[in-house]
Amino acid sequence: MTNDLIHTTAAELAAKIHSGEVSSVEVTQAHLDRIAETDGKVRAFLHVDAEGALAQARKVDDAVLAGKAVSPLAGVPLALKDVMTTEGVPTTVGSKILEGWLPPYDATVTRKLKEAGVVILGKTNMDEFAMGSSTENSAYGPTHNPWDLERIPGGSGGGSSAALAALQAPLAIGTDTGGSIRQPGAVTGTVGVKPTYGGVSRYGLVAFSSSLDQAGPCARTVLDAALLHEVIAGYDHMDSTSINAPVPPVVAAAREGLTGDLSGLRVGVVTQFAGEGYQQGVLRSFQAAVSQLKELGAEVADVSCPSFDYALPAYYLIAPSECSSNLARFDAMRYGLRVGDDGTRSTEEVMSLTREAGFGPEVKRRIMIGTYALSSGYYDAYYGSAQKVRTLITQDFAKAFENFDVLISPTTPTTAFKIGERTNDPMAMYQADLCTIPANLAGTPAMSVPSGLSDEDGLPVGLQIMAPALQDHRMYRVAAAYEAARGAFGGPSL
Amino acid sequence: MPSISRDEVAHLAKLARLAVTEDELDLFAGQLDVILQSVATVGDIATADIPPTSHAVPLTNVFREDVVRPSLGQQQALSGAPEAEDGRFRVPRILGEEA
Repeated sequence: MTNDLIHTTAAELAAKIHSGEVSSVEVTQAHLDRIAETDGKVRAFLHVDAEGALAQARKVDDAVLAGKAVSPLAGVPLALKDVMTTEGVPTTVGSKILEGWLPPYDATVTRKLKEAGVVILGKTNMDEFAMGSSTENSAYGPTHNPWDLERIPGGSGGGSSAALAALQAPLAIGTDTGGSIRQPGAVTGTVGVKPTYGGVSRYGLVAFSSSLDQAGPCARTVLDAALLHEVIAGYDHMDSTSINAPVPPVVAAAREGLTGDLSGLRVGVVTQFAGEGYQQGVLRSFQAAVSQLKELGAEVADVSCPSFDYALPAYYLIAPSECSSNLARFDAMRYGLRVGDDGTRSTEEVMSLTREAGFGPEVKRRIMIGTYALSSGYYDAYYGSAQKVRTLITQDFAKAFENFDVLISPTTPTTAFKIGERTNDPMAMYQADLCTIPANLAGTPAMSVPSGLSDEDGLPVGLQIMAPALQDHRMYRVAAAYEAARGAFGGPSL
Repeated sequence: MPSISRDEVAHLAKLARLAVTEDELDLFAGQLDVILQSVATVGDIATADIPPTSHAVPLTNVFREDVVRPSLGQQQALSGAPEAEDGRFRVPRILGEEA
């Protein structure tokens, strides 16, 4: 029974819970047991809130017993990335500077999940301040990929995606600044969606790069991701960049996609995302996905977006610039770590010693890169030029979407690499985000759906689907149709 | 491309309020140099006629009605403070020898 419950999709679990076939407490306990059994190896969670999860589950069970209407995912467990504030529950962002901090408020995403009756199992591991592509930058140690424990689960949201692949939760929340939902999804064989920028509130999402940060749903199926998308999305007056528009009808689109017909859909293959640096098994998996889309009736053709070649350098100027400003709030005065305050030192000295002790190497590197790129004399050549590249990328997307309904590419150039393989070479690490960054710079939605396993190493590969702003439902329809045609591809053994 | 020196990295660290160690200066100087040379390629296509984009969504200021709404109480706001005293954040001295 327990084994069945952890293999069941969120949609099916919700149906069982709401019909009274199984209780949310049973479902929640089954996942807590699975975490206890496997997380010593995977290390997906930084904090498990068994008590809070079971209390929420009991509330849903009571509502079901009383015959009250419950929301579509009520009673279903979820793993929450530790970047979202949770009132009274530790929120570290993978950093020592926030170790032990208990936020006094819930993020809007957290609040919406609670109001929808979703059961939050705990907080998942991540690269410190979401800066990284492997979770190796977490101050609390790396998460391990359930498919091969010696490999990375992607990043920054490696904990959330690993929890899904390890059957520790059927749903998870991630945040995606340059690919931190999609790249972990790709390398763990799970679904990850970055909605249109502004589609999901950033209130209570600990900021990294505010013009790029976007929270989104993670799951093992496209329909489950869509159901979660509709729970967390929507206008929020607490986020000044929140879009005041109806939530795209992603659940209806996912259900429509499951009928398996993509006749007449125009799909553009981005030609920039192939060639040198791409693993052959990834490219073969991608070609197989292209063939399947054609069989479903899609018209597939190549499209060139020349500026995408410059997305990576533009991103590694814009994101550090914004982070150098955002992370100035960690000043050792109002919350978080304080070191060196021995009565003789000034505020400024305490601030510098605290930030030195509290931030890890990647965070320091990015703060300094950003400080450099924004300093007078360098601003035009670095940050200014990067902003112009951002314009070109937005224009290339707009041109491509004149002729195509969606664009596709591999999600990431390679399958999961070994833990430790790229830690001493920041530029090699940054390459993992090559294909995912353009959508962040343009603010357009994009998702990763598994395209099976690479034939050379047996590790998961992701297919990236990109759509125009506010057309999130378009990519869900394509992904659901593709997912049904692709069929099952197995799972990791733990 | 200009390369970034160890002294420049020390200056950046000071601006960013990071009390980096001597060993870190050696490490970061090399890494920052590689990263900055690599990202400088944005200059290859960023010509003068292209307008900059700071944000994917056109931003306008957002206003709300000026009405009282629930917010954090004093105790909650101070709950994460490294040190608090008399209902306030307690900070190290802010005036030093430089003042």
